[in-house]
Amino acid sequence: MHGLINRAVQAFVTSTYGSKRWNEIMDASELGFSEFEAMLVYPEDQSMRMMRAVERSLERPLLEILEDVGTFLVSNPQVEALRRLLRFGGVNYVEFLHSLDDLPDRARLAVSDLHLPGLELIEQAPGQFELLCQPGVPGYAQVMTGVLRAMADDYGALVILDLAGTQDGADVISITLIESEFSEGRTFDLGAHPL
Amino acid sequence: MMSLQDLSAMADQICPMHVIIDTDGKLQSYGPTLDKIRGEDSWEGRSFFDIFDLQRPRWVKTVDDLMETAGSKLHFQLRSAPHTRMKGVLVPLPAGKGGFINLSFGISVLDAVRDFDLTSQDFSPTDLTIEMLYLVEAKSAAMEASRQLNLRLQGAKIAAEEQAFTDTLTGLKNRRAMDHVLNRLINSGRDFALMHVDLDFFKQVNDTYGHAAGDAVLQRVAAIMVDCTRKSDTVARIGGDEFVLIFEGLMDIGRLSELAQRLIQRLEDPMMYGAQTCRISASAGTTLSSSMSQPDAAQLLHQADVALYGAKRAGRARHMFFAPHLEAEMAPPSSKSA
Repeated sequence: MHGLINRAVQAFVTSTYGSKRWNEIMDASELGFSEFEAMLVYPEDQSMRMMRAVERSLERPLLEILEDVGTFLVSNPQVEALRRLLRFGGVNYVEFLHSLDDLPDRARLAVSDLHLPGLELIEQAPGQFELLCQPGVPGYAQVMTGVLRAMADDYGALVILDLAGTQDGADVISITLIESEFSEGRTFDLGAHPL
Repeated sequence: MMSLQDLSAMADQICPMHVIIDTDGKLQSYGPTLDKIRGEDSWEGRSFFDIFDLQRPRWVKTVDDLMETAGSKLHFQLRSAPHTRMKGVLVPLPAGKGGFINLSFGISVLDAVRDFDLTSQDFSPTDLTIEMLYLVEAKSAAMEASRQLNLRLQGAKIAAEEQAFTDTLTGLKNRRAMDHVLNRLINSGRDFALMHVDLDFFKQVNDTYGHAAGDAVLQRVAAIMVDCTRKSDTVARIGGDEFVLIFEGLMDIGRLSELAQRLIQRLEDPMMYGAQTCRISASAGTTLSSSMSQPDAAQLLHQADVALYGAKRAGRARHMFFAPHLEAEMAPPSSKSA
C-alpha cells in the first residue's frame, strides 16, 4: 500500500492519541520500523498488520477509525495541502462532488505511483447523489465518507452521508445535500500556498 | 452583423482577459478579470500603450504596427505595479474597426493569482490555469515529501558512515577513520605525534582463556587508551591487537614519553575476566610529523612501526621514538615481531 496511505493513518494516530501510542502500535505490529515514509510503497501485509494493531490499540472497529482518518485528512491544519488540493475541485460542494470522478487521476498526476480506486458520482435528483467507490483499498469508502463530511464543513454545506451498501462490488455512499450555503465554511485562497 | 457590445459580452464569458481597441489604440472595453486587476482608475478610453508596455516584438511602435502583428504572439508588461507580464494575441476587427486582443498571464500566473487575489471565477471554465495551479501545488507537496525523505536518508547515510568508521568491538575508530584523520591533519599542515601501540602477551590470553576473554581484554584496553588520552586525540584499532594513537599538536617528547609509560603501566594492571586474571603488556613507538618536511601518511606509519619494533627488540613493555638509526638496525627489513 502506498506510503501516503500508511502515513495518513500514522499522522491521524500520532496527532489524536500521541506518539507514544503510535510507537506502541508499531511495536505490536512487529514490522521492525516505527515510521512509514510517505514516498515509498509498502507491501500490503505490512499495512494490514499496522491497521490491525491500530484497531486493537484504539479498541474501536477499524472501519470507524478509517472514517475519522478521512475527516482528519481534511480538517487538520497539519495536512492543509490535501484540503487545498481537494478545494481545487470546485467552487462549491456540488462542483466538488462532481470533481470526485477525476480524483484518482488527479492523485496520479501528483504522485505517479499512487493508485486510488475509481470513484463515480451519480446524481439521482437535485441534491441527491450516490458515490460509487470501486474496490481495491480496504476501507476506501469509509475514508471517503470522512473526507466528504469534512469537505462539507469546509464549503459550509449541510449534508447527510450514509454508507448504503454495495452495488456490483462497489461501496455506495449516499449523499443528501440539505443546504449548500449552510455556514460560512473556510476560505480558499488560490494563491495562498507558499511555493 | 454583431455589435461591439454583443462581442464584448460574449468575450467576457470565454476570454475574461480580452481588450477591444479602436483604430487609435484606445480601449473600448475589456474583460472582467482585467477589470479586477486594473486597480482604481478605469481603463476605458485610455491608450492601450499607456497601460501595456509591449516588449516583443520590438519593431511594434504604433497602433498600425500592432495591427500588423495579427495572429502572432505578443509579450506585454503592465506599466503600473506590480508590472505583471502577460502574453497576448491580436485579431483585427472586421472593416478596420480596431482590434481584439486576448491576454493571458503565461508563466507569471502564479504571482498574478497572489498579487490580484484571483479565484477560479476569474478564469474561463475551459482555461487550464486552475488545473495548472493544482498541479504546481500537488507537485510541490510531493516534492516536499520527497525532500524530507532525502533528508532522512542523508541522516541515515551519515549514521551508517559513522558506523563504518568505528571498530564495532571496541567503539574506537577503525583503520579507515585513522587514515581520514591522518590525511586531514597532513593536508591542513598541523603538527601531531603518531604512536603505534602493540599489545604483548595478548595471544596467550586468547589461547589460554578463549576469544571471549580476548574480546573483553580488547574492550578494557580501549577504555584505558581513551582514559589516558585527551578528547581531541584519535585512538584507533587498526588490527587484532594493534592500535594507533594520534596526538594533535602534542610535540613535547617528555610529555609523550610520560603518556606512553602511564599507558603501558595501566595496561599491565591485571584484568579480570570472570574468575580469570588476564595479564598483558604493550610496546609503543612514536614519531612526530615534524620529523618530515613534507609529512606523508604511509611514511609516518612506517616510522612509528620502526620505533615500535625497536621497543620490542629492547625488551617489550617499552616506548621508543623513531630515530633514523633504528631503521638501519631493523633487519631483515620491515618484518615485525608479534
